[in-house]
This record gives sequence, structure tokens and C-alpha cells, in this order.
Amino acid sequence: MNRELETAAHPELLRRVAIDPVSRVEGHGKVSILLDQDNRIHQVRLHIVEFRGFEKFIQGRPYWEVPVMVQRLCGICPVSHHLAASKALDLIVGAKQLTPSAEKLRRLMHYGQMLQSHALHFFHLASPDLLFGFDSEPGRRNIVGIAAAHPEIARMGVLLRKFGQEVIRVTAGKRVHGTGSVPGGVNKSLTSEERDGLIRDADQMVSWSAQAVGIIKELHRQNPALYDSFGAFRSNSLSLVAADGGLDFYHGRLRARDADGGLLFDQADAQGYERLITEAVKPWSYMKFPYLTALGEEAGWYKVGPLARVINCDHIGTPLAEAERREFVAHCAALPAQATLAYHWARMIELLFAAETLRDLLEDRDLEGDDLVTSGERAFEGVGAIEAPRGTLIHHYRVDENDLVTMANLIVSTTHNNQAMNTAVREVARRYLDGRELTEGLLNHIEVAIRAFDPCLSCATHALGRMPLELTLLDADGRQIDRLSRRSEEPL
Amino acid sequence: MSEVSESIAPCLIFAWGNPSRGDDALGPLFIERLEAQADGHAEWGSFDCLSDFQLQIEHALDLAGRERVLFVDASLSCAAPFEVSLVTPCRDKSYTSHAMSPGALLQVYRELYGEAPPASQLLAIRGQRFELGEALSHDAQAHLEAALAWTGAWLSASSSGRRAAAY
Repeated sequence: MNRELETAAHPELLRRVAIDPVSRVEGHGKVSILLDQDNRIHQVRLHIVEFRGFEKFIQGRPYWEVPVMVQRLCGICPVSHHLAASKALDLIVGAKQLTPSAEKLRRLMHYGQMLQSHALHFFHLASPDLLFGFDSEPGRRNIVGIAAAHPEIARMGVLLRKFGQEVIRVTAGKRVHGTGSVPGGVNKSLTSEERDGLIRDADQMVSWSAQAVGIIKELHRQNPALYDSFGAFRSNSLSLVAADGGLDFYHGRLRARDADGGLLFDQADAQGYERLITEAVKPWSYMKFPYLTALGEEAGWYKVGPLARVINCDHIGTPLAEAERREFVAHCAALPAQATLAYHWARMIELLFAAETLRDLLEDRDLEGDDLVTSGERAFEGVGAIEAPRGTLIHHYRVDENDLVTMANLIVSTTHNNQAMNTAVREVARRYLDGRELTEGLLNHIEVAIRAFDPCLSCATHALGRMPLELTLLDADGRQIDRLSRRSEEPL
Repeated sequence: MSEVSESIAPCLIFAWGNPSRGDDALGPLFIERLEAQADGHAEWGSFDCLSDFQLQIEHALDLAGRERVLFVDASLSCAAPFEVSLVTPCRDKSYTSHAMSPGALLQVYRELYGEAPPASQLLAIRGQRFELGEALSHDAQAHLEAALAWTGAWLSASSSGRRAAAY
């Protein structure tokens, strides 16, 4: 798995272009490109400002505070952190098996999160590129442009989001900073009114999700040359799978496949993640580069997230999503999907799986149960793993005899995907930018590749006036030749 | 799916921010403080409060049925202690998922509902420090108090305006 374009031989002789920060991704990211005088590309790097220091923020706190605190790590997927922390701390309180009501309520919360997150990504962040074209007029490439040109699609996106948020509200207790999940279980079940209210809309969510799969399939059908090759690269894949090999977002064991689909390991307990995964450090990036220890740094990097999950699993447990998975696998022929834009297709299959699962789960009376918390023999260490919207999320804690957290380690989805995203942008740069005069549209190709992973780059600091997109062109001596800046509140 | 809540107040105050990131907590703290004070101020009339991490597309649904909306956020660029400005629908450059502007949200509302959104203002409260784990800065605390005082007066004026219109 090549590292071409990672490091230029003579960077001092090259021009630097920076996309800073990357837009329509969560947090702050920057892409730097080194070019020679003929616009030949010598180096491409995606730099990400990770949430360094968060582990320190947790240390010293009572463990029962952690599931609530970690939601403040990310404004986009707080529920995933809430649940991953809870799963790790279940082990601390000796809750090896949750009550049926507690597990189903957590599952409901998590699938609601998956639904709203995938809907936001596809309808708000990705569809402007996909429906209007990567180098279309920038002013149209946002949700407002979608709403004007395709109001029915924008409406579906908004209402799918709203439904997912409502599921989170009733399970977590409130819309944000919920406290629903606690070590050993949950602290709230659903009322029959809450359950009935969600059931009323559940079929509609399944229908809209199925339509969303149809939209992305149609885009693939219209332009297979683009969708099957854009940003394509060979890599290993990592995800949790259920005991029967099925797709499961809430719980499972780790499975890894190589680029040809062969199993590297299967049903590995996430408690032993430190033996399976090593995190490499590179001098030019704050974010680490995880790899499968057994394969080594050069060959062991992998991708996570919707595409990895859909190609890793053996089946999906709901009928409509399973039919779509089979069609997707057949489209990819003999090999697992390698194209970056296939992430969108896989994500919409997952959207449909989430909608079907929510509809079915809402019929379960255990959601109204009152046996919500369990405990057992106290332990001092626990690992929680979950499939977050962007991929595998691992929380690892150690707690002392005074109930204070002494160690916290988090490996988030975007970190798992660090090398995969870098490789994707290099493939795109090589194919679309090399030797050409750079334009906003061409540079957006780079962002399209990054956005396909739906990276969550940092947490939710967003004060007004803080989010410019700045593109600077420097000469070999670092002098600024040109500069283009767009600030979010500026009118188009 | 129901897009409008069954019982909503004509006025919505909507703040956002991350409570664990220093002065970014101004928005959520503003809502906490305002709700705590509301019981003693009948003259403020009826209003709903919402807070979230960030503005998102589905928040357009929260605007439905309102007469007026006050958005509240921390700002690095406004004058201290706060600035108030009118918000109108616009197609701006708030591409980023966590930087959707109030104007863009109003534009989404207009496209979704095919009608003008409610009259809206932005209350931007000056903040300075936004690092993880930091407490609210001393200056931001003072700015928050000033913003709350202004909002009490704004609510009273809005409420009396509605009462006058009813006669």
C-alpha cells in the first residue's frame, strides 16, 4: 500500500497550496499540496487538529461523570461517545450483561444517532457535490442550494434528522447533554406516549431512507466511471460485527479484512485492542496513524466507517437493507469496494438499516420496562467499543479504588481513517490536479474525497467569526503569492 | 411527521455552544440563567428556550409558528459586551456543518416552508477563550450579565407590544 506523494524529495524547491480549513467537515482540517513550476504534484498531506488533551480532561474525575462529560467532545456524535464510555464503565461496575430493557434503550438511542448523523451527512454535506457537480458554482454547493433546486430532498434530510434527534431526546432525556446512559444500564425508559409518537413516523423514515439509497444508486448508474474510480485505493477494513457476522452498530467483536476481502482476524474481543492496533506518530501531523500490529505500519493501515462495515459484514438483519447490501456487493463484482465515493452508497444502506431497526425496535415493550440498571463485581479497567457513524470508536478507562479515572485513552473513527483519507486525497490529486492550473473547483475535488469519510475533526467550538476557509499560494521561500479567503458569515 | 409542536410560544430564544470550551459556554449558560430568572418576570410574557451544540438544518423546524426569534451565540468578533443585529435569510458561505449561520437557517426555513421566516435577531456575546476544559472567563461573565439585562428589557417590550396589538 504505497506512500507515494506523502513526502516530497525537495520540498524547498516547491510551491505550497493550502486548503485551510477544509469545509463541510466537523472541526479543523488543512490540506497542503506541494507543486513545482509546472504544477506537477510532489506532496499532499491532510493535517488534522485532533482533540488533544481530552484524555487529560477526563483524568481525575469520578467515573460516573464520564458518560456525560464525553458528550462535550463532539457536537456531531455526542451519543456515540456517551455510549462508548458507558460500555467501558459497565465493566468497571461489573455489569457484564445489561438488562434487556437497558440494552434495547441504548440500542434505540444509538440507531437514532446513526440515522440523524447519516442523514445530515448525505443530505446536507455531500449531496450538494453529488447533485450539482464537484466544480459547480460554489454558491450552490450547500444545503440552501439543495433546498432551492431539490426541495423534496432537502425536506427529507431535515425530517430524517428531526426524527433521529427525537429518538435521542426521549432516550437520553433531552436533546443535548443527555444523561440517559449510565454505567450498568440506563436511567430512563420510554413512556407509551413517547413510543407511540415515534412509531407513528417510523414507516415514513424507512420509506425516505429507501429513497435515499435510490438517489445514490442512481448517481452511480449515471456516472459509473466517476463513482467507481474517484479516490479509489486498496486497503484493509476494520469494524465490529455481531456474533453471527451481521452488521451491528451497538455491539460486536472486531473483524478485519484485507483489500481482497480475506479475513485477517475475526471475533476479536475489543478488550484486547492494544494488541491488535498500534498507533504510529508522524512528525507532520498531530493525529496518530493506527495500523494492524500484525501487518506492520506499511501494510497494516485500514479504513473504518460505513464502507468498511458494509463490506466486512456477512449480512444485514433487516430485509430492505440486506437486499441493498447484496446489490451493492454485486455491483462491486469480485473485490470489496475500493472507491471513496462508495462510502456514500454504503452510508445510505446503513441509513436504511437504522430506520428499519428503529421501526422494529419501537414495537418492543421492553422499552417501557423498569429494570434498567445492573451491577456485579467491581473492576478497575474497561474498554468500550461501538460503531459510531464514522466508524469504530474505542474508549478505554482505568479507575482507582476512590472511583477516580486514572487513565483514559480514546481512539476515534477519524483517527482510524487518517491514513485512508491521506491516501484518498493523494489519489485524487494525482488524477485530477497534477499538471493543471489549480482552481476552486479542482481543489473542491480534494474536499469531496475527504468529505466522503465524513470526518469529525475536532469538537464543537464554533464561535461566530472563527471559521474562514483560506487558500494561500506560497512560493518556495514561503512568500505569499496569492490568497483567497471565505468567511462563513459573508454573503455569497 | 409533525413539523410544528402542538404548544409553542410566539417567541423563541435559541442559543448554542459547547459548555466545556471556555467562553463557548456563553450560549448554553445564557439559556440556563434566563430560564432561572423567568419565573420572577411575568412581564416577559411567554417564550420558549432552546440550546444546542450548534445550529443545524433541523432547527428550521423549531422556528415554525414563531413571531420572533432571538439567536444567541458567543462571538470573537463583536464589540464587548454584546451586539444585536437583525438576521435575514441569506445564502451565505456557512458551508461547514458546525458553522451554519442564523441567516442560512432562515433561508432553509424559507425554502422548506415557502414563506418568510419569523422576525429574527442575533445577540452576539463577546467571548475570548475557547479552550477545552476552561471555565468562563471573567470578562465573558460580565458580558453575559449585560446580555441578560438587555434580553429582559427586550422580552418586556416584545410582550407589551403583543398585548397592545391584542386590544
